[in-house]
Amino acid sequence: MSAELHEMGVTALAAALRERKVSAAEAAEHHLARIRQHQDLGAFLAVDEDLTLGQARAADARIAAGTAGPLTGVPIAHKDIFVTADLPTTAGSRMLAGYRSPFDATVVHRLGDAGAVTLGKLSCDEFAMGSANENVAVPAVGAAAPIPVRNPWDRSRIPGGSSGGSAAAVAARLTPAATGTDTGGSIRQPASFCGVTGIKPTYGRASRYGMVAFASSLDQAGPMARSAEDCALLLSTMCAPDPDRDSTSLDTPAEDFSRSLGNSLDGLRIGVPREFLGDGVAPGVRAVVEAALAEYEKLGARRVEITLPRTELSIPVYYVLAAAEASSNLSRFDGVKFGHRASNYRDLADMYAKTREEGFGDEVKRRIMIGTYVLSHGYYDAYYLQAQKVRRMIADDFQRAFGECDLIAGPVAPSVAWKIGEHGGDPVADYLADIFTLPASLAGLPGMSVPAGFDGGMPVGLQLIGNYFGEAKLLNAAHRFQQATDFHLRQPEGI
Amino acid sequence: MSLTSSDIARIASLARLQLAPEESERMLGQINGFFELVERMRAVDTTGVEPLSHPVAAIQDVTLRLAEDVVTEPDNRDANQRSAPAVERGLFLVPKVIE
Repeated sequence: MSAELHEMGVTALAAALRERKVSAAEAAEHHLARIRQHQDLGAFLAVDEDLTLGQARAADARIAAGTAGPLTGVPIAHKDIFVTADLPTTAGSRMLAGYRSPFDATVVHRLGDAGAVTLGKLSCDEFAMGSANENVAVPAVGAAAPIPVRNPWDRSRIPGGSSGGSAAAVAARLTPAATGTDTGGSIRQPASFCGVTGIKPTYGRASRYGMVAFASSLDQAGPMARSAEDCALLLSTMCAPDPDRDSTSLDTPAEDFSRSLGNSLDGLRIGVPREFLGDGVAPGVRAVVEAALAEYEKLGARRVEITLPRTELSIPVYYVLAAAEASSNLSRFDGVKFGHRASNYRDLADMYAKTREEGFGDEVKRRIMIGTYVLSHGYYDAYYLQAQKVRRMIADDFQRAFGECDLIAGPVAPSVAWKIGEHGGDPVADYLADIFTLPASLAGLPGMSVPAGFDGGMPVGLQLIGNYFGEAKLLNAAHRFQQATDFHLRQPEGI
Repeated sequence: MSLTSSDIARIASLARLQLAPEESERMLGQINGFFELVERMRAVDTTGVEPLSHPVAAIQDVTLRLAEDVVTEPDNRDANQRSAPAVERGLFLVPKVIE
């Protein structure tokens, strides 16, 4: 059976484990072997085989004792932005090389409680800042120096970011599922570029406790897996109020997001923002989105034309707010309590400045600089406060749109994954490519990417955006699409 | 509006970042490129619009909760200091601040 183990998703594997057709130890060993075999992808930053096998044996004991949870024995890997007590956490940064957290992030803890077995930590852009996973500053497992993560569909291309390691590992069948985080599209865009399914819930539903903070009013955790059905199972475990640990966690109770997967889509109104299908979208991507919308019409849904008139403004609004929040969050990295400290300095101020110069990469420094500037005396109202006001206008635009439709659909990104190095270190080129994921992030709405086709051999995701707390409806729409299509089952060659 | 190299030096000092000269130069161009995008946002008429910080506050009241002022954490000093750059007798060491 172990030959197909990596082709099973979370739901199928959980069932096989419960029925004792396979043991957790076999599942763990099989995936660890695949991780070793595909080290050149650069997807993993930390693996500890003894730790994983120990957890797997404990899972087998729970299954034997009849005390198994919904995910007992299912292997999962975590984006290296979630802190873990048993594995190092770097957030992709030299600043945290060798760092060990004294505790587990709430999301890690909840998945562990449900029985998931940890395969390791996944590469990401430094402090989750990036759209290509090129900004990683610590070596991958098996590599002597930092390497960009490679897209399993074409190893000369980026996997997307910032959850690029998560997307590549799921696409290459190194893990049935992974955690990711989405601040401005960091789950949806790599899911689209690697042909996997990923969902970011409503802001405030998954705890941010133990997620290395980037932009606190935007950061959300979510699962990345092979199907909407698998994502529903994982998201049901990941979301719950965490009132003592996360001040922005909402009181909304935990939910079974799988409950309505099979519901009919008859009469579902799918809004298509005209700004999402303009000239900037690659023809191949537009064709995939149009075909997916036609498929939805066959499933009983109705297409409604809508407008989100401030879509382009999302870029400056997002990059002002995210940079401001990042500059504040990253002030904790000063070489005193944890992380890197420069070895030569004159005094305390010099120690701070040199530590931060050595520890942070270019993109992180750029955002700290932008954030510091927009928060500084005399500029706060013109930039930060103005961005927060336009943010409300963008959120209001969505509420107007949801008066006419139940879900919103469009491309995740204007193109497929680009070549490694193609943007040539031009940060603004990366920022512009985030245009379709930023609006839902700013509004705090749930959003997902569903594999919907290919352009020149590279995967294209359909973005679905729901209203607040509409995750179950999103997953229902994605699941019905996946029952009618097989894009989510396709695998890269050589995998 | 365009930033100058002296603005970059001032911001770097506020951000406690030491930047090499060529790094400052490169950053000046990139940050000015970014602020060209921001001009469109500055031009939006936001008269009477309330700023939005917790996004779900767009549809419902979100009040930041207060915690009881009680001890909830056990003493975990050794684990908390495990990743500290310099520690002595349970204290974080920093360069001398007061002569």
